[in-house]
Amino acid sequence: MKLTEKELEIVEILEKDARIHTDDLAKMVQLSLPVTKEIIKKLEEQKIIVKYTSVIDWGKVEDHSGLTAMIDVKVTPQRGVGFDEIAERIYRYKEVKSVYLMSGAYDLSVEIEGKSMNEVAHFVSQKLSTLDSVISTTTHFILKKYKHDGTIFESDDDDKRIVVSP
Amino acid sequence: MKKNYLSKKAQALKPSGIRRFFDLAAGMKGVVSLGVGEPDFVTPWTVREAAILSIEQGYTSYSANAGLLELRKEIASYMQKQFNVAYSPSTEIIVTVGASQAIDIAMRTILDPGDEVIIIEPCFVSYSPMVEMADGVPVHVQALKENDFKILPSQLEEVITEKTKAIMLCSPNNPTGSMLNKKELEDIAEIADKYDLLVIADEIYAELVYDEEYTSLALINGMRERTILISGFSKGFAMTGWRLGFVCAPEEITQAMLKIHQYAIMCAPTMAQFAAIEALKNGRSDVEEMVKSYRRRRNYIVQSFNDMGLTCHLPGGAFYAFPSIESTGLSSEEFAERLLLEESVAVVPGNVFGASGEGHIRCSYATSMEQLQEAVKRMKQFIEKIS
Repeated sequence: MKLTEKELEIVEILEKDARIHTDDLAKMVQLSLPVTKEIIKKLEEQKIIVKYTSVIDWGKVEDHSGLTAMIDVKVTPQRGVGFDEIAERIYRYKEVKSVYLMSGAYDLSVEIEGKSMNEVAHFVSQKLSTLDSVISTTTHFILKKYKHDGTIFESDDDDKRIVVSP
Repeated sequence: MKKNYLSKKAQALKPSGIRRFFDLAAGMKGVVSLGVGEPDFVTPWTVREAAILSIEQGYTSYSANAGLLELRKEIASYMQKQFNVAYSPSTEIIVTVGASQAIDIAMRTILDPGDEVIIIEPCFVSYSPMVEMADGVPVHVQALKENDFKILPSQLEEVITEKTKAIMLCSPNNPTGSMLNKKELEDIAEIADKYDLLVIADEIYAELVYDEEYTSLALINGMRERTILISGFSKGFAMTGWRLGFVCAPEEITQAMLKIHQYAIMCAPTMAQFAAIEALKNGRSDVEEMVKSYRRRRNYIVQSFNDMGLTCHLPGGAFYAFPSIESTGLSSEEFAERLLLEESVAVVPGNVFGASGEGHIRCSYATSMEQLQEAVKRMKQFIEKIS
């Protein structure tokens, strides 16, 4: 679907800050409040805006037991449906946070979240690798998140400028 | 000291009106500042990284007086590609310590004692002092709010005398954000040609334009030979602290400027020059992102000012809004001072940029949306309180 310049602008702004007040957003894109609301509603209905979520730095939460693994999965594509069917079989698991079809050395990149190493290991060995079309898996555990979805977790963003300058 | 060692020139210079507000604001906590004349973005990482690499590799010596040839070549192709103006990297470009130093050497190169330079106010606070320091005489003419702070050719003609040597032109303008379009530049070019004048074109904000396409003065028919074009990396590339600008002019003028530049400063800092090469080679997408962001904030702040009763024209470039505060009955200075002391919002009173800036305040929107929203909230409160 092709978006107009204003629609595109609204999507870009919301992608950076979903909580911005709609009247401020309207001013930023030089539209009236009702028109802006209408556009957002349309984008939501069309599932271009799929969902509003938050970026959480779980590393800061004490006693939070959770870890993320990226799994490179090689699969045999099926006649007629290619990779879509196997991708669907994988992404339906609630542990799976994202699934991407990749170019290069493997086919699917699967991100999963579990409470413990055991939980992830269990999922990979019992669920993922036993699927018929899965040829092999390589699991990488994420040790530390520095930057996620464009956001640097530990950044010093103090304004270092002098208060008034010519 | 028995003798007064200070030159009459130094004594006659007035301190900038901005200084007082800086001192006032610097001692306060929790100030939301719309008073900053520089980007809130940090220099793009790719540029910082290139400078670090140049230091690691030991490029710590002088460069050629006019700047690294590689940088001048990059500047030439950038000016060609971005603004369609052609300058020779070997003879018509000098890399300077900020655009400010470029203005300084331009003035010192063209002025004899008593020569007049037309300064269009409101404008950057350094122009007149720089003319005076070069023994010239600044002649002020006022761009008016009813003309969206664009100077009319007839106003220029009124102040031209036999001693007029040049017009100082800044578009997009600090502090008003006004930008002259092609037609308006052509009108100025006509005057320059008719009276045989040079124009010093401060185009430092040329990257930051939001509605119309930017036209460089040097692109106007016949103006290349009359234009000393000044620009730099501070505003467009978010590189204020690097102090790196450049000046492009016909060979004869450039070579004369180079003599002064060479004796006064030798060359611009080499590491900053390496950073600038990277900025021109790989900084384009960063600039575009910043422009996008400024445009949105400009739209937001200008609409917000108009909504709260502070009439504000939509500035075509730079990152300043220049709303009128006349409806409040306060002078610019009173408004700015009370807003700072009572609501902790720093703005710059318009009168420090020249007589026609009175009744206005300069608000920089080079600050985060969150800060702008907070500033708008506090200013609304302030206006409700005083009205």
